[in-house]
Amino acid sequence: MRILLVLLVLLAVPAFADSDLPPAYWANRQLPNAGQEARAQALMEELRCLVCQGQSIADSDAELAGDMRDLVRRRIAAGETPSQIRSWLIQRYGTWVTYRPTNEPAAWPLWLAPLVLLLIGAVFVRRRIRLERKA
Amino acid sequence: MSRAVRFAPLALLALLIVALVWRLAKPVDTSVHSTLEGKEVPAFALPAALPSKPALNAADLATGKPHLVNVFASWCVPCITEMPLLLELKRQGVGIDGIAVRDRPQDIAAFLKERGDPYGSIGADLNSNVQMQFGASGVPETFIVDPYGIVRYQHIGPLEPKDVAIIRDKWASLRK
Repeated sequence: MRILLVLLVLLAVPAFADSDLPPAYWANRQLPNAGQEARAQALMEELRCLVCQGQSIADSDAELAGDMRDLVRRRIAAGETPSQIRSWLIQRYGTWVTYRPTNEPAAWPLWLAPLVLLLIGAVFVRRRIRLERKA
Repeated sequence: MSRAVRFAPLALLALLIVALVWRLAKPVDTSVHSTLEGKEVPAFALPAALPSKPALNAADLATGKPHLVNVFASWCVPCITEMPLLLELKRQGVGIDGIAVRDRPQDIAAFLKERGDPYGSIGADLNSNVQMQFGASGVPETFIVDPYGIVRYQHIGPLEPKDVAIIRDKWASLRK
């Protein structure tokens, strides 16, 4: 009985909302030019999958992520730069689509935080040194 | 150590708890909104998804009339639930154009036969490219395009009964 249940589970088609079309041509295929593929790969790791929102499109198995990889590779192969492709996507989905923070004002704290933390650390160290000198 | 400093961790903890409870009670909206609202429809040209219906391209959406563009797919379950509402909108005179994402003609035909067919034209978006050009992150999504071809409204996810009046009014207000 238990074996039968397991077999039934294996038979069941997961209720994924996926189409019957095969993945896009460049979704799971590397570009023949190694330099272009490396640039595409680096970009894909920094673009957020719109379906499974915690993953990059390089990691995601969602069909839309596959279509986005196809789009990235096609555009890289056609000579576009990663930043052009990134801004094309940002124009449509907002800065949310990129993991790499942009230079918009809302992201300034992210860029400044390391500096501020370093400064605070420096102040602590300075105080510590002074205290030890006095002792 | 002063009293204030001694209680600082407790105060921080209280602050953290307040922040967490607040976010739990008021969850973040995780849907990805298209930034196309107020901008021109992206230049696209899709082939006809069915031999019996016209194809869809950007120029078809700037004809002096407002258009409803429904991004859908025969393999999309929520698209089934919104179909009666699209049919109702059509009955009320709202013209609807469809973009079928990653779909096959025979599947679309079967889907429309079973669920009803509100579409004046359907474009076949085989690699989700036009879906991405619209800034749509899934199916279904519905856009209202004004008579000049400017995107005016985006609805993410399946329509609900309350949305019918909202969409119809929005659509009617854009008529010249």
